[in-house]
Amino acid sequence: MSGKPRLTYINGRGRMESIRWLLAAAGVEFEEVFLQTREQLLKLGQDGSLLFHQLPLVEIDGMKLVQCRAILSYIAGKYNLYGKDLKERALIDMYVEGISDLMQLILMFPFSPPEAKEKKIATIAEKATERYFPVFEKVLKQHGQDFLVGNRFSWADVQLMEAILAVEEKVPSVLSGFPQLQAFKTKMSNMPTIKKFLQPGSPRKPPPDENYVATVMKIFKLD
Amino acid sequence: MAGKPKLHYTRGRGKMESIRWLLAAAGVEFEEEFIEKKEDLEKLRNDGSLLFQQVPMVEIDGMKMVQTRAILCYIAGKYNLYGKDLKERAWIDMYVEGTTDLMGMIMALPFQAADVKEKNIALITERATTRYFPVYEKALKDHGQDYLVGNKLSWADIHLLEAILMTEELKSDILSAFPLLQVSDHLISAWNVTHTFHCPALKAR
Repeated sequence: MSGKPRLTYINGRGRMESIRWLLAAAGVEFEEVFLQTREQLLKLGQDGSLLFHQLPLVEIDGMKLVQCRAILSYIAGKYNLYGKDLKERALIDMYVEGISDLMQLILMFPFSPPEAKEKKIATIAEKATERYFPVFEKVLKQHGQDFLVGNRFSWADVQLMEAILAVEEKVPSVLSGFPQLQAFKTKMSNMPTIKKFLQPGSPRKPPPDENYVATVMKIFKLD
Repeated sequence: MAGKPKLHYTRGRGKMESIRWLLAAAGVEFEEEFIEKKEDLEKLRNDGSLLFQQVPMVEIDGMKMVQTRAILCYIAGKYNLYGKDLKERAWIDMYVEGTTDLMGMIMALPFQAADVKEKNIALITERATTRYFPVYEKALKDHGQDYLVGNKLSWADIHLLEAILMTEELKSDILSAFPLLQVSDHLISAWNVTHTFHCPALKAR
């Protein structure tokens, strides 16, 4: 084993993208294996590599980790992106869970029927601007620091940055009422590890397209 | 704030039940304020008590915590039910995510139409016996210990017990092929009987 974490998924964002973001933000290089057929997935299941027969799978430190949140928690803990004590961890967890709920809408969007898409975008815009972004705008305003928790870069910042960019892809003007978040976005973009991840040729995956949807349907057999 | 944790939710299981279980297993007494009408929820929202306008919300150690998983992680960490290091925590997290997926399927049932519900009950039974329970049975078998992780009671065991009991309510013989889970069921119940069965919130279902 080369020592680098190895990510197994399909060649697209899906549920692996947050993990790519976090590893990249932590400055950790990783390898990727992209599945192209359902047979490859079934084989992994038979090998015993997948605890619950599902992806994502991340091989790291001798473990075969599955379940996004378990993987993200481990990475955050290992690379000191999880706060300095239980209470900071609680804040990070709350923020990340909230953002996850917003990201879930974005995750499911490509799979909605064409006639429902416009309404879904409106829902994403509404939730972002009325429920989630105001919370983080307020947090940043109240403490006046660069990072969400403990005046230190954490998993919560990475997750928020990912969410901002993902929502902007659907709703380009979404940050117009949020000056703190605009400043946050700029600062995050200039952090060396994130800057590198945002450049072409990085492991960051493009927005999902029809090809991605077809691959997901084929390999995961969603019905 | 030295008082007992205070739980805000409706008078039912839902997303708060796992939290009640974990506090009870940790031997922590708690209070509950039940949301009974729309106005109760509106009041909490207007007070600024709900970070994302949603419940569950648990007042604990001076914080108003929201998001089920965040609350559970905090309780597990505080009461030493989260393993001894990062790797044990990773295993606990993985196991808990599995039982969360299984219980999530069961919690959705009351909101489904009769035909969809029937189909999903069959799916849940299949998933429980082919995807989830085999994992926990194997974990217990492989290390021969009483608990899932680190030879010590953890959040993973409590969550699994809750999932087993919930699945048994759907199909009483669901553990018939899982001898070690049956033992673990009784072992943890026995250990916990003082807390679990004297906890009014868990009795009032």
